[in-house]
Amino acid sequence: MSVTEMFSYIQGFLSADQDIREDIRKVVQVLEQTAREILTVLQSVHQPSGFKDIPSKCLKARELFCTVRNHTGELKTKFPVEQYYRYHEHWRFVLQRLAFLAAFVVYLESESLVTREEVAQILAIEVDREKGFHLDVEDYLAGVLILASELSRLAVNSVTAGDYGRPLRISNFINELDSGFRLLNLKNDPLRKRYDGLKYDVKKIEEVVYDLSIRGLAKEQEAGGEK
Amino acid sequence: MSKREDEGCHRKRKTEAGPKSEDCVNPNSAVIAAFKVFQQELDTKHDKYERLVKISRDITIESKRTIFLLHRVTSVPDVEEILNEADVKLDSVRQKIGQIAEELKGEDLHQFHRAFTPGIQEYVEAVSFHHFIKHRSLISLEEINARLVFMRENNKGEAEVAWTGPSVLTFHITPTDYLLGVADLTGELMRMCISSVGNGDIDTPFQLSGFLREIHDGFSYIGNTGPYEVSKKLHTLRQSLGKVEDACYTLRVRGSEIPKHMLADVFTSRAAAHLDPDDTMV
Repeated sequence: MSVTEMFSYIQGFLSADQDIREDIRKVVQVLEQTAREILTVLQSVHQPSGFKDIPSKCLKARELFCTVRNHTGELKTKFPVEQYYRYHEHWRFVLQRLAFLAAFVVYLESESLVTREEVAQILAIEVDREKGFHLDVEDYLAGVLILASELSRLAVNSVTAGDYGRPLRISNFINELDSGFRLLNLKNDPLRKRYDGLKYDVKKIEEVVYDLSIRGLAKEQEAGGEK
Repeated sequence: MSKREDEGCHRKRKTEAGPKSEDCVNPNSAVIAAFKVFQQELDTKHDKYERLVKISRDITIESKRTIFLLHRVTSVPDVEEILNEADVKLDSVRQKIGQIAEELKGEDLHQFHRAFTPGIQEYVEAVSFHHFIKHRSLISLEEINARLVFMRENNKGEAEVAWTGPSVLTFHITPTDYLLGVADLTGELMRMCISSVGNGDIDTPFQLSGFLREIHDGFSYIGNTGPYEVSKKLHTLRQSLGKVEDACYTLRVRGSEIPKHMLADVFTSRAAAHLDPDDTMV
């Protein structure tokens, strides 16, 4: 094979690769758009008025996740499934956002941590790599960490809105997450960097809980719920 | 020292505060159980990654040594002997690539690609250099991949799972790694050109400049459609080509005038003089 032939073969490979990347980018853009819409819907829980109809917000978000499922279905068709990690960078960010949004919805509904299986189910993707387009464990964990900082915000805002019980529950939840993450041996990677931020979220919530307890507000809520 | 004590103190306080939170955090809770699974999964992945990095390092070192060995062909009468020795070395490198293939069995090649790409590029460089010296042509990607087929020994497989018959493992070098390896090859060719002049070899530089020009044209054809690293290497490639072309020019102009044994001196001083303005331009 001559040098010229060799290079034109490789050129062919490279441009095919670029075409695939372009296709993926288009779908990912739509996914990002939908993710932003879901976030907007869920952001309204920080408003004092939003606390009253959290269930309806969650329902609306769940509806939007249907669109997400269509897009992930489309994304799967854009590249050979065994080359997931070759193009991983393209959807890594949006998948983390979506994992966060799914976790947020599940938390608002049931105050529990979403499992990786549930996230995969909400996004209509797989858990195991062997079965196809899947949710990488690091992406799931990154999504959970985004949830933690969102919840520390929610704790502050729920006090403003007069809901003194919520911060305590959030505190328990975050503490549990923190001890979970402490089990992991993280390398010096983006996930680790994000995990380093978790302690500030923990601290923030502890401060809120402290403020409530020295004023006897937390107890009041626990005792009877009247204020 | 005092800082460490401080840290210890801090940690202690944290564990003291621990029981309070442990009241609400049940160690057997679903969350903790889930994270234990994640811990295992991540550890397995990181271990595999580290093993691959280590193999890649070994491949790099061994390939570099092979390249040094191959550079001796310009000064040694028996080329065949060196080529054979290099082939033996490359075989041991191939064995190591076999280990990579084994690690990657059932995995996504691209998930761990970053761990072993330096080694693979170095191997491409060594094997294509070897091929060039032998055949004066560019080795193709298929030819490289064709030699990266490994038979897995039967007894080893039986220890883990009952394999029926030896299984075949293949390793595919990605076109990008191939491309980057070939770009590195041009640097070696430039060095070979300089040293062959030092030995009074007049033909090799002309052959090399032709070959380098072909490769350069190939890279220009790809241009910036390739990955980012390729365009970075293209710059170095241009410099190498410039040096070789200058060498050929000097040989043509002054080669007939100067006695052969002095040629090397003239040439090296000229190449050095030409180097400096080049570098300041960068």
